[in-house]
Amino acid sequence: MQAFRTLTAIAVPLLRDNIDTDAIIPSREIKRVGKVGLAQGLFAGWRYLGAEREPNPDFILNDAAYADAGILLGGSNFGCGSSREHAVWALAEYGFRAILAPSFAPIFFDNCLNNGLLAARLPAESVQMIAALIAAPKTTLPAHAPAPLTLDLERCEVTGAGFGPLAFSIEPHARARLLDGLDAIDFTLRSADAIEEFRAADRTRRPWAYLEDPA
Amino acid sequence: MDEQRREERPAGDRRPQHSATILDKIWREHLIAAGGDRGLLAIDRVFLHERTGAIALEGLRERGRRVFAASQVFCTIDHIVDTRSGRGDSTLVPNGRDFIVHTRAAARHAGIRLFDVTDPDQGIVHVISPELGLALPGLTIVCPDSHTCTQGGVGAFAWGIGSTEAEHALATGTLRLTKPRSLRVTFDGRLTPGVGSKDLSLLLISRHGAGGGNGMAIEFAGSAVRALGVEERLTLCNMAAEFSAVTALIAPDDTTFAYLSGRRYAPREARWDLALTHWRSLSSDPSAVFDAEIRLDVNDLAPMITWGTSPQHAVQITDAIPGESAAGTSREAYRRAVAYMGVTPGVPLTSLAIDAAFIGSCTNGRIADLRSAARVLEGRRVARGVRAICVPGSSTLKRQAEAEGLDRIFKDAGFEWRESGCSLCFYAGGEDLGLGKRVVSSTNRNFEGRQGPGTRTHIASPATVAASAVNGHIADVRRFEPFRPCEY
Repeated sequence: MQAFRTLTAIAVPLLRDNIDTDAIIPSREIKRVGKVGLAQGLFAGWRYLGAEREPNPDFILNDAAYADAGILLGGSNFGCGSSREHAVWALAEYGFRAILAPSFAPIFFDNCLNNGLLAARLPAESVQMIAALIAAPKTTLPAHAPAPLTLDLERCEVTGAGFGPLAFSIEPHARARLLDGLDAIDFTLRSADAIEEFRAADRTRRPWAYLEDPA
Repeated sequence: MDEQRREERPAGDRRPQHSATILDKIWREHLIAAGGDRGLLAIDRVFLHERTGAIALEGLRERGRRVFAASQVFCTIDHIVDTRSGRGDSTLVPNGRDFIVHTRAAARHAGIRLFDVTDPDQGIVHVISPELGLALPGLTIVCPDSHTCTQGGVGAFAWGIGSTEAEHALATGTLRLTKPRSLRVTFDGRLTPGVGSKDLSLLLISRHGAGGGNGMAIEFAGSAVRALGVEERLTLCNMAAEFSAVTALIAPDDTTFAYLSGRRYAPREARWDLALTHWRSLSSDPSAVFDAEIRLDVNDLAPMITWGTSPQHAVQITDAIPGESAAGTSREAYRRAVAYMGVTPGVPLTSLAIDAAFIGSCTNGRIADLRSAARVLEGRRVARGVRAICVPGSSTLKRQAEAEGLDRIFKDAGFEWRESGCSLCFYAGGEDLGLGKRVVSSTNRNFEGRQGPGTRTHIASPATVAASAVNGHIADVRRFEPFRPCEY
């Protein structure tokens, strides 16, 4: 897993609350067994018009000013609904490396963590304030590109043009894993002995929980 | 019905907890190592399905890792399998066959039990798990599926995860988890005939929002919950996913034990006795302190139904489409929802004509749900122009329903009677219900496009779906015999 320390990128606001994973990647866009080829389906229901998939000019990701966005500003309970990790794979493949929102749905949060995507909490007022500051005029002129934000995971701070550092929050375990980029399974397998020991004792305590006795 | 309370323990409240909640007890029992804000927990059961499971198994294989305890891992084919009769691996979902074939190969390679397409035990994961006695009180159960919390209805600690977390659970028999904050939701009172656990869950979500349980473990309690059968409890816990909770559970009691006794994978004889002693200890101690409490009086609760595109957009069936200020949602969300759903504020829900009715899913596709719908449908016909579909949640309960003659009632009424699976609960590029079509559905999500591009979904109980199918517009099931009480 790729480690995450700092990121400077353009942020795109999508501030509605309860953005669900069906919206992030509709099930119909999951066409193969695998984790790739999903960016085309990102926000497909909002991003395209009709069967010809014409870009919807009213959807912000189709605004050229945000073409290189790497940070998503979201509303509360971001990523609710289906557990599909495809939502995170699609966001990452599209180019997002971080999401700032007042709250995240729990499964979505862990899916981000497992893919090196920073999902950090920031109060709604701060998210809205940043969104207002970076709002780009609707134009394709590069000169009007919104100013980038910088996220620093060591310091848990976000900075940008027009505002000083604001603290975001993320649980210590998640922060440490992102900073390390450590593979979670490898890390847990270091405790293989403790796990075996636990199970041996547990089998005596709760034999009914086990479906097959050891050979 | 209007009485409600939400109390939060102030942050930093470090009062000692001398007594434990059910979750405290299960947590303690499964904790291999504490450390920082996440504990390493032993996992008793891992379930997989073809939409998200093959990826987890293949990921494991690619890295040369093995399944840690194959006898505790189960897989089913439910999500995109065809539900029309005579089915095989072919499905209308683009490349759907690949998902089934990959899953079958991966399950074989991993040496885990697969409930395949034609297996008599095949069904929706959260339906077959309790049905087969795989879900038991006090177990930790995970599945890469958000509705895994359903299985808390038997008193298990069950929660949905992503595919990478599933890989972790498969490879190590453990997961690293933040202990969820605890929320007790108490439903007091006696439900009116025709009102059930789906209505309870929609009431809760409408009052406290789709994010109201974010990150929490819910314990459902109260006289209305105690009176529910296990299948209705599964429905209640299922909908905790739409409340953004990590999980939900209900203390196991004699109703639970009677339900589980004799099930295929449930313990037997001496092991059953041992288990029962343990399970009887799985209730929250009387003085247990929860991080938050919600109490709702449900004596006069009417059937609930959604009007918008979030499960929190729910009202009583006797209500009208709310105006912007009463909708409890942001202006943007409200306007989008009203436009998408094609509804006008002030118009009564019961005046909306419908195009389709769907009964099924892990939320409401069990035998109790089918019986409740059949009580409405018996001797009646679906209104002209309404497409009505019933998809039993498992192959076993489909056979059971047929033995009871329920299939005849559904078919005589004009319902399609399908093979088991998730079916039209969500649109995956195959079957859909049509652009702009209005559907009353016993499923769990009314998101934009959930049942097909532009399809307008109203979530309700199976009884409400059946009543609406008969009337041709959204209907109050309490006005139907045999639900209509004398004094109504």
